[in-house]
Amino acid sequence: MTKKKKKWRSYQEFLYILPFLVIVLLFSYYPLYGWVYAFFDYKPPQALTPDKFVGLKWFQYMVENQVKVKQLLQVLRNTFAISGLSLLFSWFPMMFAVFLNEIKCVPFKKFVQTVTTIPNFISWVLVFSIAYSVLNSTGVVNTVLMNLHVIDRPIDFLKSTEHIYFKQWLWLTWKNAGWAAIMYIAAITGIDEQMIEAAKVDGASRMQVIRHITIPSILPTYFVIVMLNLANFLTNGMEQFYVFQNSFNKDYIQVLDLYVYNLAMGSGGYSLSVAVSILKTIVSIILLTLTNGFSKLVRGEGFI
Amino acid sequence: MKKNKDYDHIPSKVHYKRSFGDILISVITYIVYSIFAFVCVYPFYYIFINSISSNTLSDKGKIIFLPKEIHLTNYASVMKLEGLFDAAKISLARTAIGTLVVVFTSAFLGYMFTSKNMWGRKFWYRFIAATMYFNAGIIPLYITMTNLKLTNNFWIYVLPTAISPFYMILCKTFIEATPGELREAAVIDGAGTLTIFFRIILPVIKPILATVAIFTAVNQWNAFQDTLIYITDKKLNTLQFVLYQYITQSSSIKALLNGSSSSANIAASMAKMQTATSVRMTVTIVVVTPILLVYPFFQKYFTKGIMIGAVKG
Repeated sequence: MTKKKKKWRSYQEFLYILPFLVIVLLFSYYPLYGWVYAFFDYKPPQALTPDKFVGLKWFQYMVENQVKVKQLLQVLRNTFAISGLSLLFSWFPMMFAVFLNEIKCVPFKKFVQTVTTIPNFISWVLVFSIAYSVLNSTGVVNTVLMNLHVIDRPIDFLKSTEHIYFKQWLWLTWKNAGWAAIMYIAAITGIDEQMIEAAKVDGASRMQVIRHITIPSILPTYFVIVMLNLANFLTNGMEQFYVFQNSFNKDYIQVLDLYVYNLAMGSGGYSLSVAVSILKTIVSIILLTLTNGFSKLVRGEGFI
Repeated sequence: MKKNKDYDHIPSKVHYKRSFGDILISVITYIVYSIFAFVCVYPFYYIFINSISSNTLSDKGKIIFLPKEIHLTNYASVMKLEGLFDAAKISLARTAIGTLVVVFTSAFLGYMFTSKNMWGRKFWYRFIAATMYFNAGIIPLYITMTNLKLTNNFWIYVLPTAISPFYMILCKTFIEATPGELREAAVIDGAGTLTIFFRIILPVIKPILATVAIFTAVNQWNAFQDTLIYITDKKLNTLQFVLYQYITQSSSIKALLNGSSSSANIAASMAKMQTATSVRMTVTIVVVTPILLVYPFFQKYFTKGIMIGAVKG
């Protein structure tokens, strides 16, 4: 190929991807321009004019306005509680995989793996629908508890705020644990069979094999998961909490992502909502950089 | 040979000495995993048997293990619900079109970025990959979509998610791992970029495209937030959104169902009359069935998806 032809071809290839670059520009980069709304007093139908510029007013508002400070602290408490619980119990899918691997009856193992993975593929709306059906006053949980005379009147589980973080963690685990375990199961499959055989010859018990061979071999995978959990500490997603929220539990279920949505769509605090989400993005990027750096330090490679 | 002789008495597969502790562990694991499996299966079964049982009984919470007075009227009735059929069409359309688009863009961009020749290749690659790590936020996105005239527009379901950096990287990695001779031979024969893509690349990367397709399809089918934020036109509601409305406003749905033909319903048996519960449960089954049908057949693609992701991530 001549040099000129090669050069022309390199531009031609760029032209092929140009339409896709435009789409990325429009839907991922262009919206960033909207961050300027955090520095204006924005009321939707009107266009932005220079006289609406308020500088850092909304950021100050967050730390000075008593009501907002209280609300934000509440939201942060919820976010920290739910992310913290996930982090605290992040070993659960790993242990799920470890003990599933101990089951010798293959059809049973396959069956458990298949059915525990399915919830991961249904939407939060469906999870909520299931929760509602099972937990409402005529749902199966209340019916069974009543028949066993554990309770004398139905409990409205979805409205109560008792143990709400734990209950939300339970739903999250119901949905994700089986799926999250797959990665560990694959890692366990990769363990050298001879090592385990050798340990057995030396008289290691089943628990000893688990403790000294299986778990250490999958710890690197676990480490990455913990790092990712930390990086996403402020990001719980809004869908789970949006569907489960009601006027009774709102103060306890509103996490940061949902708060940004509720501010914007519910109470019309457009500019404030943008300001909060900007702060969240900045903190999240810092967290990601830190955890990635830490991972590089420990494992020699990052996860970005 | 002599060396091995000492080990001759050891059988090839060594088993644990079955101590009491080991048996106890086995029993506990079987019990615990049976509970896990039950907790994951039973809710679906419970909703299903309620949707086909007598509505009077199901409304009182009497159906727990077996369906009673089986009938399929509920399924016939929800089909008549205003908006449900349209929502099903929208959900199917967005799943089909959205999946096709993402599969195409991931494969094409993944392939284009393997070509070392492209002008500014590294920069453009990072330009796309970087979008995985930030998000403008709800209001900025909403304003963007309004400016682009995409609110209350079907294409809001397809265009913003049309390019997935993650799947693009998956495809690129996959293409790079396939032998390049065929491509090189085609280049020497004078085949153009597009010819190579459609004739040579696409057939080779089918396995990874199946994984991308199945994940995108599930995400499209399950998507809820975009309808919530960008859509006010009822004609563009998706099944997920309609189901959510039915759960939160089921009493009004019941009125809508039974009120419109109240005189006709007097004759109908009470057991088959729609209740809020029956509507909710029946629609849930309608929305969840595609996932339950698809999942067992494509399980290996799902599993493969997370594994490739794990290697990369």
